[in-house]
Parts: sequence; C-alpha cells; structure tokens
Amino acid sequence: MKIAVVDYGMGNLRSVTKALEHVAGDAAEIILTADPAVVAAADKVVFPGQGAMPDCMRELEARGLKQAVLDAAKTKPFLGICVGAQLLFEFSEEGDTPGLGVFKGKVIRFPADKMHDEHGQKLKVPHMGWNEMFILKDHPLWAGIPDGERFYFVHSYHFVPADDIAVIESAYPYRFAAAVARANIFAIQCHPEKSHNAGLKLLENFVHWNGCF
Amino acid sequence: MALAKRIIPCLDVTAGRVVKGVNFLELRDAGDPVEIAKRYDDQGADEVTFLDITASSDERDVILHVIEAVASQVFIPLTVGGGVRKVDDVRRLLNAGADKVSINTTAVTNPEVVRDAAARFGSQAIVVAIDAKQVSLPGEPLRWEVFTHGGRKHTGLDAVEWAKKMQAYGAGEILLTSMDRDGTKIGFNLPLTRAVSDAVDIPVIASGGVGNLQHLVDGVIEGHADAVLAASIFHFGEYTVRQAKEAMRAAGIEVRL
Repeated sequence: MKIAVVDYGMGNLRSVTKALEHVAGDAAEIILTADPAVVAAADKVVFPGQGAMPDCMRELEARGLKQAVLDAAKTKPFLGICVGAQLLFEFSEEGDTPGLGVFKGKVIRFPADKMHDEHGQKLKVPHMGWNEMFILKDHPLWAGIPDGERFYFVHSYHFVPADDIAVIESAYPYRFAAAVARANIFAIQCHPEKSHNAGLKLLENFVHWNGCF
Repeated sequence: MALAKRIIPCLDVTAGRVVKGVNFLELRDAGDPVEIAKRYDDQGADEVTFLDITASSDERDVILHVIEAVASQVFIPLTVGGGVRKVDDVRRLLNAGADKVSINTTAVTNPEVVRDAAARFGSQAIVVAIDAKQVSLPGEPLRWEVFTHGGRKHTGLDAVEWAKKMQAYGAGEILLTSMDRDGTKIGFNLPLTRAVSDAVDIPVIASGGVGNLQHLVDGVIEGHADAVLAASIFHFGEYTVRQAKEAMRAAGIEVRL
C-alpha cells in the first residue's frame, strides 16, 4: 500500500513523514511527493500544511496539485492536517482566501475580544501547546484514544464547519471543532505527528483505515 | 479544561553531543542527544529545545544531523537555536526536522531575518530569544535591557518594547531569558517575565535561574509565562519532568500529565 504525503513546498514535512513511517512499519510505503500523478496513484493521501493559508493555496495551484488533491478527497482515505485541513473549507479570513470547498464553512481567526480565561487573564494567540480533545462522535481514527486526551496545537485560525461534521472538539476558551470527518475524509487542526503516543495512534489508525465512516 | 502550561527541557549541544556545565564553564559530556531527548519525552516533556553552542562555523552542519536523528524518534515539538544568522539557516533546520527555530543575536543585528523567516515559514516556526537584564537602579522604575553575545554585549533596547516589536515582525513565540538569573538557581526574574508576557499576545517561555520546582510554578503564576524552560535541574537528575508537572498541578496549574 502506498500513502502519499502531498508536498507543495509549505513547511516541514519531515515530521509527518517520519511519524507515518514509524507507525506504518511494513504495512505501507510513505511517499513524500510533489507529483500529481503519484498522488493519483496512491492508495491514501495525507495533506499537511504550515504557514499562511494564502501562500499554501497559491503554491498548491502553482504546482498543479489542486486537482489531484480534490480528486483524492473524493474517493481515497484522506487525512488533512492543520492548514491542510483548513484548506478543505470554502473560505479563510486569513488573507480573505478562497479554499478548496470540499467542506462547507469557513476558517476564522481566534477573535481578540474572546481571548480571556475565566479569571480574566489574557489568552495568547497563536493557540500553542497541548490541549484536550473531546469526542463528539466515535470515529475509526480515534479508536484507542481516550476522551480528553491532549494533542499539540499551533494555530491562530480555526475552521467553523457549516454542516454537522465535527467529530472532536477542543476549547480555547470556547469550544471549537478540532477535527471534522465525512465519508473518506478526516481533517484535524492540531498536529498528530507532534502529539506523542496519542498522535501516533491516530496516524496508525489512518494507515489501517478503510476509509469508511 | 484548558490549554496546558508547557515544560521544556533545554539541551546544550556541541559536536553532536549534549554537554552540561555551570555558566558555560567546565563543560562535560552528558551523552547522546537522541537518548536524552527520548528520556525527557518519556518523562512527559511537552517540547525539547536544543541550543547549538558550537563556536566554529565549520561544525555548524553537525546540529542538522542531530536534529534529523532526534526527529525520527521523538514525536513532540523540537526547537533549535544558536548561531542562526540567515533565512537559509532557518530553512535548513526546519528541513532537518525542527518545528521551530529560535533567533537571538541576529534578531538584534538584522531584524529583517525574523520578518523574512516568519513570512516564508510561518510565525509558528519562529521563536525570538531575548536575553534581558535589569538596568534600572534601586528606587527607579523597573527597566530591562536586551543583551546579546551570551549577556556580554548590551544593546540599549528596552526588553518589553523589543518583545512587542518582534511580535510585529512575525515572531510566533518569545523565549525570554533572565540573564541576571542564568545559572544562579534563585528563580526567574518575575517582574521582567510578567512585564513581557503581559505586553505581547504571543506565548512567552520563561528561562534562566530555575533552581527548584517552586520557581517553575512562580514563573507561570507570578510571571504569567505560557511555558517554562529549564536545563540544569533536569540534567543533573535533581528532578524529573514528571515531578515538575506534579508540582505545577499541585499548585493549580493545568499541565499535560
């Protein structure tokens, strides 16, 4: 089995690739690729992303990978991570960027007027560090991961799905969708590749996932 | 229910080995970076920071191999600092597997490197390290200045204003070292830490002067730090990261345990 990690020039993809190799063992070949044909030929696709969404969208189009990603998202087990997850929505406030529109909804910045904890102390943006993940709906990728487990986040924007597709929520300070899923697609705001054993468990589940939900 | 405050062990690395010493004196070989990073990872460290203290530029690439080796086995965030002069240095460290790169002296001598690196790789990957000392005299309003070159060279820059400027340049996080506390084991400079943390919207990591677990608690509660970094209390085996987290939790601080 081949798992393609889509490389469109945005950020450090070594972490994602190494973590997938670590959990896949002999079960899958992990291929870091910028070639649309390799994405098309893969059995599963991981769509990461770091940095600013306008740059990510521009690079995706400039490298001719947009259609390959859209095609993969129609049929194959597909994992979007961080900006890769945000890109799946219709629109982002970051640079007023249109997204891929795979999911209905938009990506917003943590609003400055809400960034205080219950004691009135300022909450920093980016939301950086380990936060709790609360299960809304059971999903095969979350098998073996306890409710309330902490994952590593680093982001200033988060997605707000228009449909009922949230499967995991986190809170900062308000509840927001931390992972969404529909059919063969799972998209997560935080970084499983940097989230120690729980994150590795999620990636291992993805390696063995048949794409059904 | 909240974001956890982070505990970050810091490793000084040169020639591919972790070294430890007191105030950069009597450096002793403390072992293999991969093994030590894994040990901290097992203890529940939230991130690991590597400080490349290699003096000569012809040995700079050694740190890249260290990061590659650690990143293939340790699946928590890795920060690397020390000797970052150009945007291309940032790129090479990120490609080797670092998640964040810390820029210190170069941020002062050439702040455009911070702006360019943040624009290219995202603010989440760029930490600006600020070494600060109190310069106000007793009786005067508190004032802290930025120092470079390991605290030897003063810059005339106000530490609080500098932190705000670096945020505006695109830094995603500030690593704030109380230079007048470094190596003293008497705790963070809390007024400095609090002044900087309250002045910026990005996370602040407190560093310098940790001698016991109460100092870590104080850094968060009194200093308003979002994360605490320490080297010697963990290296010399005085405390484990887990013990540090238990002490923080006992003080009512949210931690990942």
